[in-house]
Amino acid sequence: MTAAAQPNVSVAESTKPAEPAPEAAQRLGAEVIWEALIREGVDVVFGYPGGAIMPAYDALSKYPQVRHILTRHEQGAAHMADGYARASGRVGVCIATSGPGATNLVTGIATAMLDSVPMVAICGQVPSHLIGTDAFQETDVTGVTLPITKHNYLVTRAEEIAPTIREAFYVARSGRPGPVVVDITKDAQQATIIPEYSDVPVRLPGYRPEHYPSESEYVRAAELINAAVKPLIFCGHGVIKSAATQVLLAFAERTDIPIAETLLGLGGFPATHPLSLGMMGMHGEAWVNQAIQEADLILAVGMRFDDRVTGNLASYATNAKKIHIELDPAEIHKNVRVDLPLIGDAREVLQVLLGRIRPAEHTAWRQRIDELKGDSAVRDIQDMPDNGRLFAAHVIHDLWQLTEGKALVATDVGQHQMWEAQYYKHDYPRKLITSGGLGTMGFALPAAMGARFACPSDEIWVVAGDGGFQMTSPELATCLQERIKVNIAIINNGYLGMVRQWQQFFYGGRYVATPIVSPDFVKLADAHGLQGFRVTQRSQIPEAVAAARACETTAIIDFRVEQEDAVYPMVAAGSDLGKMIRRPRFDGADHNPIYETGKDK
Amino acid sequence: MTQAFTAQRTLVAYVEDRPGVLNRVASLFRRRNYNIVSLTVGRTHEPGMSRVTLVVEATPDVAQRIEANLYKLVNVVSVEDITDVPNLIRDVALVKVATDRENVPLGDADSVRGAVCRLAEDYRARVVDISAGALTLEIAGRLEKIEKFVDALRPFGILEMVQSGVIAMSRGEEGRAASHKNAARDPHRAA
Repeated sequence: MTAAAQPNVSVAESTKPAEPAPEAAQRLGAEVIWEALIREGVDVVFGYPGGAIMPAYDALSKYPQVRHILTRHEQGAAHMADGYARASGRVGVCIATSGPGATNLVTGIATAMLDSVPMVAICGQVPSHLIGTDAFQETDVTGVTLPITKHNYLVTRAEEIAPTIREAFYVARSGRPGPVVVDITKDAQQATIIPEYSDVPVRLPGYRPEHYPSESEYVRAAELINAAVKPLIFCGHGVIKSAATQVLLAFAERTDIPIAETLLGLGGFPATHPLSLGMMGMHGEAWVNQAIQEADLILAVGMRFDDRVTGNLASYATNAKKIHIELDPAEIHKNVRVDLPLIGDAREVLQVLLGRIRPAEHTAWRQRIDELKGDSAVRDIQDMPDNGRLFAAHVIHDLWQLTEGKALVATDVGQHQMWEAQYYKHDYPRKLITSGGLGTMGFALPAAMGARFACPSDEIWVVAGDGGFQMTSPELATCLQERIKVNIAIINNGYLGMVRQWQQFFYGGRYVATPIVSPDFVKLADAHGLQGFRVTQRSQIPEAVAAARACETTAIIDFRVEQEDAVYPMVAAGSDLGKMIRRPRFDGADHNPIYETGKDK
Repeated sequence: MTQAFTAQRTLVAYVEDRPGVLNRVASLFRRRNYNIVSLTVGRTHEPGMSRVTLVVEATPDVAQRIEANLYKLVNVVSVEDITDVPNLIRDVALVKVATDRENVPLGDADSVRGAVCRLAEDYRARVVDISAGALTLEIAGRLEKIEKFVDALRPFGILEMVQSGVIAMSRGEEGRAASHKNAARDPHRAA
């Protein structure tokens, strides 16, 4: 600015009404939506236009700093916002019109709710005078989403848009995060106002996102930890969400306590660290589940004792005192009665505890767990024979090796998800993106696409089954249009594999409605202007992976894997955690080369 | 577990007086499968604030989780379980009893009316409406007292009844208005 251009402000002038700042000029409600989003740091949104949200879309042209990704279905938009949020730790934003646009978001919102993902979903709504009249494309969106959101808002006046969006972001990201819906009527978008933007921290009268354990609880926790002989730490999703990875590592090394991870906790503690035991629960490692049943202390961090983790509650970890570090008071004693809740942020609580616990060595206990591994510890299956066939475990394992364990992997739900959890060793947080709580098929591809905007330089892989992939595969066109590069590994076994596995184990082998016919995925890629590859033998994996990585566009590899392989071990739903269905031992017959042997420990 | 017994527990919640807040509270109880015995809501002397009284069938453990879940509703300002503090719990019922000859096999209208009035006196109920064939009584008190009164009236023939739902307040001088409760007290620490 030159000197001449500087305003010469006299005392008299300063008492005049101030010239409205550019921000205080007249705006349409629709413009306020974007300005409020930009003020929250939003630079990408995922959405789909329609009648009731058209004013907002029209205004978008004035805000080129916000990139809009046009999806092929609103579910894709919600999952993309979710994937973006999980990969970045920031709030993901999706946008849809009223009625079917909003209801199509529902699966994605519920997915985010169950996994505590910060998300703001903006929905158009019919004009306020039409609400309640069953108007065209009217749905009671706040009613529909009430049980699957952390909070939701119906905005009928343009003046409410900016404060509501601000509050929505605050609620979504604070405390235990979650999705928030902001439903904005068309007339609120069309009204002209002078917006008022606030920088004052949001304060809500009853909202208490923060909690702190008491001094006496810390004392008691330190006593229990110092006295434990067979302790275990559980690393849950909360470790990743609160960025507690470093302090957890220091804590585990100082106390020499082995760590088991939940599915969503994978990556919260380095999988290749000697103290990392692996995943717990229904498809967790056998020795992890055995160790849980033998432990005398469980320090559960940021997890909620989901039924897929505990099995039969009556016989669950009965020998262990349980300390539960958890931010949400409603999770305490919900599934498992614990001896000591420490209600607070995982990182803060661990940090305080770290200063109070004694260094320890649990050599005997770790030896005992090694014993439990016994001859069942087959995770490094690199050298196991494949007899010319292709096993999903090999695909995941080789993908892990070829990507040096550094890729961001988004998975769908089912067998491939469990194999990924078992064979891709995640050493870094926020690099496994998977729908754990809701178990949403079709999640992987859009979640990975959203993650692309959080991690522009990461190598990103989608690992999906042939069933789930088809639920959201139209987003391939979005990849093309928006130039989004991800690599897709379809673990194609011609079945809805996990359901087929349950039919095999629990329903007399009656494969009802699980054989599934898929399109030729290589041609599907081609039809979308993308590249596809097919792999039928293990030896072809490195070449195909290299080719996919080399593609500038999204690439698909169709892995035609063994059709009736099962995920082992398995704790049947509701069974005792220690009672697992194990992979059949080698009996000399050539039916399944991936046997469990001790050599691979 | 020693805490496994289920009993009626009385919770008092202050919520922001906004559209849809009662729906949020009711929806929480439905989706978490909590068993509501009574739910009342009304305004208080504090503007913008409604007071909800909830009676639930729950173990103390579950009651504590209900409290925690209520706190997760953004519009809920405070929650307190007043079951175990000295309290006043009131429900109001209106009961219309038949006193005409056709409906009442117990005697003539006058003697029936007299019997009902004596019963009302015993229970400290009030007669609030009299017509040729019916008496309407108003009774306030705890749920058990109202239930007993209603049982006693049953033989006369109850034509209609309505209950207001439970309202509750702690005894003693401590003010438990929303503004008093807004201090950052964490209910789960106290328990």
